[in-house]
Amino acid sequence: MATTTINRQHARPSTASAPQPGKRHSPYPLWFYLPAAVIYGVLFLVPTVLAFYFSLTRWTIFDSKFIGFDNYVTFFQEPALVSGLWHTLVYAVITSAAKVVLGMLLAVLLTSQIVARGYLRSVVFFPVLVSTIGVGLTFVVLMNPEYGLINNWLSVIGIQGPAWLTDPKWALFSVALVDIWKGVGLATLIYIAGIVSIPAEYFEAAKVDGAGAWDNFRRIILPLARPATVTVILLSLIGGLRSFDLIWAMTRGGPGFTSDVIASVIYKQYQAGFYGLSTAGNVILFLLVIAIIFPLSRFLNRKEVEL
Amino acid sequence: MKLHKVGALAVAAVTSFALGACSAGSLGSSDDSGGKVTLSFLVDNTQSTVASAEQLAKDFSAKNSNITVKVESRPGGTEGDNLIKTRLSTGDMSDVFLYNTGSLFQAIAPEKNLVPLDDQPYVGQLEDNFKKTVTAGGKLYGAPIGTFSAGGVMYNRAVYSKLNLQVPKTWADFMANSAKIKAAGIDPIIQTYQDTWTSQLFVLGDFHNVLINEPDFPDKYTKNQAKYATDPYAVKGFERQQQAHDAGYFNKDFASSKLDDGLKKLANGQGAQYPILSGVVANIVATYPDKVKDIGMFPLPGDDAAKNGMTVWTPNGLYIPKSVEGAKLDAAKKFVAFVASPEGCDSQSKASAPTGPYAVKTCKLPADVTQVAKDTQSYIDKPGASSLALEFLSPIKGPALEQITVEVGSGIRKAKDGAALYDQDVKKQAQQLGLPGW
Repeated sequence: MATTTINRQHARPSTASAPQPGKRHSPYPLWFYLPAAVIYGVLFLVPTVLAFYFSLTRWTIFDSKFIGFDNYVTFFQEPALVSGLWHTLVYAVITSAAKVVLGMLLAVLLTSQIVARGYLRSVVFFPVLVSTIGVGLTFVVLMNPEYGLINNWLSVIGIQGPAWLTDPKWALFSVALVDIWKGVGLATLIYIAGIVSIPAEYFEAAKVDGAGAWDNFRRIILPLARPATVTVILLSLIGGLRSFDLIWAMTRGGPGFTSDVIASVIYKQYQAGFYGLSTAGNVILFLLVIAIIFPLSRFLNRKEVEL
Repeated sequence: MKLHKVGALAVAAVTSFALGACSAGSLGSSDDSGGKVTLSFLVDNTQSTVASAEQLAKDFSAKNSNITVKVESRPGGTEGDNLIKTRLSTGDMSDVFLYNTGSLFQAIAPEKNLVPLDDQPYVGQLEDNFKKTVTAGGKLYGAPIGTFSAGGVMYNRAVYSKLNLQVPKTWADFMANSAKIKAAGIDPIIQTYQDTWTSQLFVLGDFHNVLINEPDFPDKYTKNQAKYATDPYAVKGFERQQQAHDAGYFNKDFASSKLDDGLKKLANGQGAQYPILSGVVANIVATYPDKVKDIGMFPLPGDDAAKNGMTVWTPNGLYIPKSVEGAKLDAAKKFVAFVASPEGCDSQSKASAPTGPYAVKTCKLPADVTQVAKDTQSYIDKPGASSLALEFLSPIKGPALEQITVEVGSGIRKAKDGAALYDQDVKKQAQQLGLPGW
């Protein structure tokens, strides 16, 4: 998007001076683009096109045979995929929504005049810096239903904690909780940037008009932090849709298939040696992310312009 | 004109990329100067396998001073399968590697990737059942490493004698025993679903009971004529796992336990019966040496006491990839021959307790074998009391069985439904292998 606008801006003066009006002339010679084009082509374009091709084959890594759309048919008949699809959406929506709400609240807290503000800001951001796999494995230990610290603490106050990761009803939700804990720091950071950039005049004017804290939040922060909200929603939704590492480290999609998401289904097909099938799964995931994010992004960004 | 130039430059850039990749890959394997050869030897990372591999490497180098064997380890399970396939397809495989026999062996395209070993002198000494599981397209590609092992119920003999129980010969006896064990305050059946593979034994270990009633099942199964969900004998493995769960005979923490937790329970008598592969007894030998004598093995029982018998797994295979050539190939063949010789067996027995007979006829078991190995041996010696597991009789094994059996064993999915789901899973594998009839 951004590049095309830049091109057009460059193009306009040059079209005026160029002898052929149909052809846009670039200020740079062609070879100037070459390094980037080669890298883009070899590392991105070629694999993408090959992926579309291999998704139509039965591929054993040693050889491949063209079988048309059979892989897609198999994939959509895979019972784990249907539940995986549903789990993916649930996971993405839960984590994204929680990150928006918690991130906003934490940002409001951390932009107010409190003690040790800088320290608290870094504490909130800290989990983002830790390795996802490390976080996952740590929480597997903490969430152990028999010996885990979390259930031990809960039992102190008289609550019998659930079997977080091994109860099929809780497994996906437990992983989502850890994802929220780990990711809320980034959402908070984006919101802090958004809130700090709101000009102080608004708050001063509101103060003159006698607005309270709630009005400040409702009428100033919430609407004017909208770009931050859009960024947080899009980033965390994309992250949620393609989430894999945390789920794999914590449950491997289990118990059984109860916390399988599309990415882990694809990974398991790949492990089993069904390379064509898992490539087809990746194409589906790619299309799904586009189908959800593209309209959403347009919708959110249009609203921003109207404000 | 300009476009042409761009195209040519792009091609040049791509080829130089490719060349760069090649030379980087071959850096690792060019150190056979001065008559000295270093072989890399890839094994899975189980404690006992690594120990015997190290011992084999040491004893072999002691005899052949110009050949050094370097042991490398890899993860097991599906992760290991993936690694093996990737390294074979990129021509980057170790000089000698250990891998499964039977269906998983068929899946690495042996004719394309492995050096045939038909002409080796030790082939005549190999056990016939083993030979079948490393043969593809009429040629033999693997030599045995390790011993036969059994898939059945490992049980605590001390608990059994304390409660005055007999080894069950039928499923009804097994459930009756379990009821008594439960009444005594001991977990009757140990399950450990954090190591998902351990959940498959009710199904895989029940195969003797299928085969003894339906000798042509593997054949029909491979041809897409028999299904787990609809075959009256095959579906029983799933049903029995569900029965055991529904009866509440599993340890309370079955969902969060791992193999080591299960073995600890079994060795200490907190649990009495553990459906598992006999190979894991090596872990008990290493961790609870004073409890080994308490641990025995019996088959997963069927309906008929007269047909009681053990489901048996063949040893793993040693293979040489086609990418090995020249002096290295000779050294690799020499090493494989050493492993498949009586000296090689002795060397393995020294490093870790054998869990059953070797697949080399001239090999002898040491005198102090474990009770588990003795029990296993007694079934193998008795005619008709043992069968090979299905994965050695048919090239098809679905990759998702462990998740399905976790679901059946946890009460998330019903047995019949699980069997049907497994049939679907198997279909993908059969199609991938290009079998006729799918």
